[in-house]
Parts: sequence; structure tokens; C-alpha cells
Amino acid sequence: MTATRQLHGAGGAGAAAMRRRTGPSGWMVAPALGFFLVFAIIPLIVALYLSFTRWDAITDPAWVGLDNWASVLVDPVAIDALVLTLKVIVISWVVQTPISLLLGTWTAGKQRNRAVLGAIFFLPLLLSSAATAIAFKAILDPNFGLSASLGIPFLKQDWLGNQQLVLFVVIFIIAWQFVPFHTLLFQGGVRQIPASLYEAAEIDGAGTIKQFFHITLPQLRYTLVTSSTLMIIGSLTYFDVIFVLTGGVPSAGTRILPILMYVTGFSASQFGQASVMAIILAVIGLAIALLLTKLSGFAKMDSQQEGL
Amino acid sequence: MTLRTSPRRRTRMAAVALGVSALMLGATACSSGGGAPSGSATLWGLTGTDEDTVLGPSLKEWNAANADGQVAPTYFQNDAYKTKIRTAVGAGSAPTIIYSWAGGTLNSYVDAGKVADITSETADAKGKFLESVWNQGVIDDKVYAVPMNATTPIMFYYNKDVLKSAGVEVPTTFDEIVDAIPKLKAAGVAPFSLAGASKWPSLMWEEYLVDRVAGPEAFNKIMAGEADAWSDPGIIEANEKIQELVKAGAFVDGYASVTADSNADVALLYTGKAAMMLQGAWVMTTFKQQAAEFAEKGLGYTTFPAVTGGKGDPSNIVGNPSGYFSISAAATKEQKASALKYLTDGVFDKGYIDRMVKAGQVPPITDIDAEIADAGGDFGTTVYDLTKNAKNFQMSWDQALPPAQATALLTNLDQLFNLQITPEEFSDNMNKTIGQ
Repeated sequence: MTATRQLHGAGGAGAAAMRRRTGPSGWMVAPALGFFLVFAIIPLIVALYLSFTRWDAITDPAWVGLDNWASVLVDPVAIDALVLTLKVIVISWVVQTPISLLLGTWTAGKQRNRAVLGAIFFLPLLLSSAATAIAFKAILDPNFGLSASLGIPFLKQDWLGNQQLVLFVVIFIIAWQFVPFHTLLFQGGVRQIPASLYEAAEIDGAGTIKQFFHITLPQLRYTLVTSSTLMIIGSLTYFDVIFVLTGGVPSAGTRILPILMYVTGFSASQFGQASVMAIILAVIGLAIALLLTKLSGFAKMDSQQEGL
Repeated sequence: MTLRTSPRRRTRMAAVALGVSALMLGATACSSGGGAPSGSATLWGLTGTDEDTVLGPSLKEWNAANADGQVAPTYFQNDAYKTKIRTAVGAGSAPTIIYSWAGGTLNSYVDAGKVADITSETADAKGKFLESVWNQGVIDDKVYAVPMNATTPIMFYYNKDVLKSAGVEVPTTFDEIVDAIPKLKAAGVAPFSLAGASKWPSLMWEEYLVDRVAGPEAFNKIMAGEADAWSDPGIIEANEKIQELVKAGAFVDGYASVTADSNADVALLYTGKAAMMLQGAWVMTTFKQQAAEFAEKGLGYTTFPAVTGGKGDPSNIVGNPSGYFSISAAATKEQKASALKYLTDGVFDKGYIDRMVKAGQVPPITDIDAEIADAGGDFGTTVYDLTKNAKNFQMSWDQALPPAQATALLTNLDQLFNLQITPEEFSDNMNKTIGQ
């Protein structure tokens, strides 16, 4: 593709016109843009408007200026929720990335047992979040769960009630649910790496571990960025498992910003303040995504296989 | 691959693209609900028991007999309904007949002029309802909602065998509860089952203890929006009692992880792992489904114990008086007429009451003692008598309060039960929500 475009570009005068004629018409993005406008941009503008109003969904929104912003930004509950959200993002990334990277690399091998195990690892991804949460709720029940059926006293913890413990329970469940997906990404990435690189490394005397750090890891750079972006944005807006796990009324230990936003909006009917949180989430999400693409040079999309 | 397109083909594709977007816009624009013929009233109800044994059969009968006063129902799952109805009422696209639990929600509908005043139209029907239940639909002496569902007070359940083998009598005072705790723990069972993770079961303790210690006035002051109403000494004392129970180990180990939607709290009682439990009358259905024999022989039920020296009358009960029907102010005249006819003549007609009683539910209707004793057995009679004789029937606080305060209440109560805040901090936090 790059090559063809350069060829056309070399045509000198009239090249711009020619370039326009190549490739599909710009109108083809219209449906996508339409969807984006209706389901993303317009709601975002409405949320921004609502964030300056007091609205209980029954009476008409009343303009209150920056009141909601002032109250949310100094509200200790909202700040706690934001800190907790960041904790979930960081810990989730630290937990999920190495596991999926290693699993992905391992399952990329052609051995039959790896293929079978790879298929099994993939199973959690097929379950809906609600089903996952309900299953874990039953497993973690202090009186009827795993501890009671296996008779292991250590498992009889206040998993969901202990405010320090519950965060790690949630992170574990998120990891259980999403590691398979990221494993799949890395598996695909590893399989793209040309075998000649490994052959060359082997001739130079590099062992498996050296090969991993000097070939696999650098070659997976963009996969890593993709996976990290999905992970971070996913954690930022994480909702369903926590909601179901806590029966819709989360305690302080699981009240991450998306959950607090829902509770403020739909349980407490304070849609103005909930909209402030929605905007904050959208801005943080955008900032992180932009930062990641900028820092990693993702936008340039250089081929890593030059000279091969 | 390079795709070469002629100008004409490009325009055609553009037209298709535009068409797709337009279709999509159209689809979102006309997705509002309530599309029934103009004369017939619409009704949104709940799936489950309401649809199966209460509204479903009733409306089938009603619509067959009233060709010119049709009521078209749509059923929703409980949580989905709660979010949907609020926005529908706000946007003026509510059904003719609006289902609610009265309380704070009904107040906000009335404040915004979204439901019709039906005082004169329902004057004749009023007489057949239990007064404490009827009054929840009355705001400023005007009727805005009429009861349509079973009455479900919060009951004090116990496992007869567990209490007996631990040598404990059913407590009738708070002090007896406190005395029973060490005995039951020594017998290796949890004194009380509690679904603390769901939060609202904890609220039942708060509601009863505040009532028994301080009487209904303490909460009435909160509802009236009086400044610092949560700092009432009675509320602080009740919360001290709650923390006393927590510290004494009254509630099952890991109660903060026990959820009510999985019925884990009910299971603790019928498996004999816990001796007693405070829960709504509605869990009787679960007992019957999951442990029929226990429900018949091993399960005991009574009202909440008294607090010695407390101001509250021990006959007072808390819970859900009923579900309620209001009429949307936005409905057409014909729709309102059809709806009113159903509310006054169809709801709680003989078949309606019979079906409920047969299903073990207790309608908030006067003079049906015999029917309930026949079909509902001892439990039905207990619930009916408690409701009939209650000096005060306090609606669950999370329904009675405006949504913002109710949400804050559950959050703070959770922290109170987990000993993260003191009763004084609880009162301070809640005082800040008054007026929200």
C-alpha cells in the first residue's frame, strides 16, 4: 500500500488529483460517522450540558452553572472513587500484562498440548460478565461457597465485605475474565514474528530467555500498546462485574468512578453530578489513549520488519 | 488493491451511506414507548409474582369484560422498571397507570405535577382498604395513588429447632436478644442471619430499633426536613444498639459478604446455621420454594421485640405497605377514564383478592380474616393481624426518602454496621443530606 502511494506521488503535477481518485470514496465513512455522531458526540454534548444543571429526570433541568463541578471536585467520596479507579487501572495492568504476555508467547507454539490448553484458557472470555459475577458471588459466599464445600478454612474470608480485600477480589475476577483476550492478542502477535529472526539468534548463540527479551518483546511492541490501551480504557470504565457482585449497592471498597456515576445518577437521581463524573471519565480516557499513542509512536505504525 | 470508482458510482455509494445514517437516526427518533390505541389505558407492571398471579390474570379478565375500557399491560423486570419509569415520567411518555412504591418517588411525581389528583374518584373505594396502607398514597389530603398489591411488613423469623437446642426462648425484648447471643454462639450457630452486602436488609434493623427506642416521630422529623433531625438522641441510641450487636457477634460471620438476591440469608436460617433473621414477609415464598418442610414445621415468625423503656409502641411495624397505582397527568381523557374504572372496580375485586390469598399473599383489605385463615394459614393470619393492629406502619426508609438521601443512607448504614463510623458520625453525615 505504502509503495503504491509513493509511486503515485512521484507523478509530479496532478498527483493530488490522482491520489484522490485512488482508494474508496470518503463517503464510505458516512455511516460510521453517523453512528459516532448519534451515539457518542451528541450524548457527550448532552452530558456536558447536564453537568451544569440540577436534574432529577422528572422535572426540567435547572441551570446551576458550576455548582455540580464545584461539589464533585471536592467531594471526598468522588475523590476516593477516582483514586480507586486509578488503583484498579494500575494493578490490573501490572497483573494482566505479564500473564497474558507469557501465556500468549507460550500458546503461540505449534505443539498440540499448547493448542488444547490455549483453547481451554480461552473459555472465560465466552462467559457473559453477569454470569461470571454471579458465579464468583456463589463461590466466594462465606457460608455456602468454596470454603464450605472444600472444607478449607483459609478460603472462609469476608471476600466481598472486607473493604481492603474486595479490591483484589475484583481485580482477580477482571483478570480471570480478560487475560484470555489479551493472551489471544499476544499469541497472534508472536505468530507474526518471522522465524528467520529466531534462527539468526540461535546461530548467534542466544537462549530461549535472551530470544524472548531481544526478539519477542521488541517485536510485540505495538501489540503491547494495543493491549495496554484496551486494558486501561477497559479498567477505567469497568462496571458490570462489580455491579452484579455487590448487588447494585457497592461499598466504599468497590466504588470506582463508573459505579459512583451510576449510583449518583440512577439511584440518587442526581443526573447533574453524575454527568460531571461522566465527563471526567471521558476526558481521562481520551487523555490516556492519546498519551499512549503519542509516547509509543503508535500513530506512525512503522513496520518492524524492514530489511527482512 | 486499488479501487477505481466512476463519479456516478461514487454518488450512488454516498446515497446508500446517507440512507443508512438516516435510517439509523429515524430508528432512534421513534423508539419511545407507550404505543397503544388512544382510547385504551396503558400500564407498566413488574414481571414475576405481579405478572403471574396478580395483574396478568386480573387484566385478562378485565379486558374480556370491558371492551370500551381496555388496559394494555407491559411488564418489566424490577430494576429495569425503576430506571425506565423515572425517565418516562419525566419525559411525559409515561403509561396511563404508573406503578410505584409511593414514598419519595410519588412525592417527586406530585411536586412536578406528573400524576393526577384522584381524591373524589376514589372516595368510594377508600373504605375497603386498611387505613395505614391507604394513607401512603395520600399527600396533603389528596389521593394520588391507590394500593394494588400485597402488604409485606418486615418479620422476625426464627428457626424453632435451633433455638430449642440452644435453650433459648424467642426474644420479646432487646435485652433478651443480647442475652441470647452468647448462648447461641456457644451452641455453634450464628444468632442472626443478615445479608449485609445488599445493604437494605441492614436498614430493617435501623428502622425497627429507631421506632422502638424513639417512636415514629424521629423519622417523621427527618421526612419533614427538620435541620439536624438525624441527631435525635433516639436515633443515636438505636445506632449504639446496632454496634453493640455487631461487637457481640450477633450477625453471622462474613455477613458483609452475604447477599439477599441469591437468598443466602434465607438459606442460613433453614440450614440451621443461623437462629434468627429480620426479613420482609416476601421471603416466605423463598422458604416455601427452597425448604417446604422447614417452612411448614421449623420456621417461626413474630414481630420485632420491644425495647424496654423505649417510646415506640411494640405493635408498630415497618416494611412495604403495598405497591401503588397512580394515573399519569399526561394521559388523554379517555385513557384516564379507562384507567380509573380499572383502579376502582378491577383492582382488588373478588377474583383479584382470591388469587392473591391463594398464592399466600396478604391484600391490604378490611374484613378478609376468614379467607386468609383458610388459604394463607398461620403465616398469612400473622401478617394480616400485624398490619391490621399496627399503631403505625412505617414505609421502608429507602422508599420513603427522596432518592439522594436514600442512597446516602444505605452507604452510611453499611459503614455503621462495619464499625467504620460511630453513631455520631452517622448522624452528622446524614444531617448533611437533609434538603437534597
